[in-house]
Amino acid sequence: MSTSDMIRIRDLHKSYGSHKVLTGIDFSVPTSQVVVVIGPSGSGKSTLLRCCNGLEVAQEGTIEIDGRALLEHGRLLPEVQLNALRTQVGMVFQSFNLFPHLSVLENVTVGPRTLRGMRRAEADALAKTLLAKVGLQDKTEAMPASLSGGQKQRVAIARALAMEPKVMLFDEPTSALDPELVGEVLQVMKLLAKEGMTMMVVTHEMGFARDVADVVAVMDGGRIIELGAPEVIFTAPRQARTREFLHAVLSAQGSVANALPPAASADAAAAANPLG
Amino acid sequence: MNLDFSPVFADWESLASGALVTIEITAFALLLGCVIGLLVGIGRLNPQRRIVYGLCSLYLLCFRGTPLLVQLFIWFYGLPQFGVKLPAFACGVLGLAMYSGAYVSEIVRGSIQSIDRGQAEAARSLGMSSGQAMRIIILPQALVRMIPPLGNEFIALIKNSALVSLLTIHDLMHEGQKIIAVSYRSLETYLVIALVYLVLTTITTTILRYIEKRLRAGGMVQ
Repeated sequence: MSTSDMIRIRDLHKSYGSHKVLTGIDFSVPTSQVVVVIGPSGSGKSTLLRCCNGLEVAQEGTIEIDGRALLEHGRLLPEVQLNALRTQVGMVFQSFNLFPHLSVLENVTVGPRTLRGMRRAEADALAKTLLAKVGLQDKTEAMPASLSGGQKQRVAIARALAMEPKVMLFDEPTSALDPELVGEVLQVMKLLAKEGMTMMVVTHEMGFARDVADVVAVMDGGRIIELGAPEVIFTAPRQARTREFLHAVLSAQGSVANALPPAASADAAAAANPLG
Repeated sequence: MNLDFSPVFADWESLASGALVTIEITAFALLLGCVIGLLVGIGRLNPQRRIVYGLCSLYLLCFRGTPLLVQLFIWFYGLPQFGVKLPAFACGVLGLAMYSGAYVSEIVRGSIQSIDRGQAEAARSLGMSSGQAMRIIILPQALVRMIPPLGNEFIALIKNSALVSLLTIHDLMHEGQKIIAVSYRSLETYLVIALVYLVLTTITTTILRYIEKRLRAGGMVQ
């Protein structure tokens, strides 16, 4: 897949006032691959993701989606073209952002009906297929307020898929979920990955990154400090900062032993058992 | 002290026609005020659109910041100096609507801004224009939150409409004063008029409460 990149980012800089959030990002998401972005909070990973559909605007740099410039030297695409381009970029939020005044089915059909000119019957059929795919075929008439977090997020994924996007962006899709509901969302995401969907995922789910990612990008301080295959990042990270971050996250997630590189494991063991 | 309501009830037809005028004038003013309030409220959402924001803010400043009675007199007694001579009824409707619209605009703006940012972000991420996001996603949710404060505003409007009696409009207040001029029964007349206003405001409250309940039952609100 080296021939085509779905997302291509060059020299992206963004700051809020004097606070620099992104400091020179060069990065791409190859077509049909899953790129997982990890890093400590405040490292700029969510901002980077939100730049990829124009929710955030970087002051400098260029972003291309499937060869079309979303941002060119810090200038965002004009409104009408931006809206058209956004229909091709699915977005899944940490806090779901389902439309509470619409039923589950309407949440999924509202996009295709208003933006793809789809008739109600056609859109309903599409929505039902997608809801079945995320395992919610029996919830079509429910209102979002009656769903669990995991169900909400699966509806949100179906809603994004209804636009038949070329790429899906996930902004910490499981961070707002109760632990026992994380699995059902990740499962849907794995299914998408298997189907060849191009995905850019910001997450703290290291297990997902290890199992599903084609590429893992590690961010810190507004830049990508390390980029590589998950087996490399998780077993032999080159950067000390990556090791520190993985150590902190993985010990919190309780899988220190089987995930950390040997040196760090020893440290962790020593930390866990100071007398030993 | 003896109360004698008979002169008031004897002229119930005048009071009824006055009440009808009050209802008409407030109904028109209410509709117009809502249209003005919606436009101005949306116009004040984004300070970066300087001209629209500036004009809407100026309107709010002037019409919320001056007494309704002064505004009504400007419409009716002031504007004819410029050759703008509107019928009294039109002055009453316009005067009330422009005044009420200022308050409604703040209700509209507040309700829209109380909707979580993520709603607009989700709508825009699907590819909706800002107009589509507003119309399909934001406004329907904001509308439910507008209803309680709008109820207050409608009640204020009904009560404020008594001032149009000073523009020679034959509303409920005006008819009452005619009865007093003949019968000298001030207390009795004002008590009856107050009761009629109370009925009008109560009906309004009941209708709005019903609408809100229906919207909530329809799942418009979490």
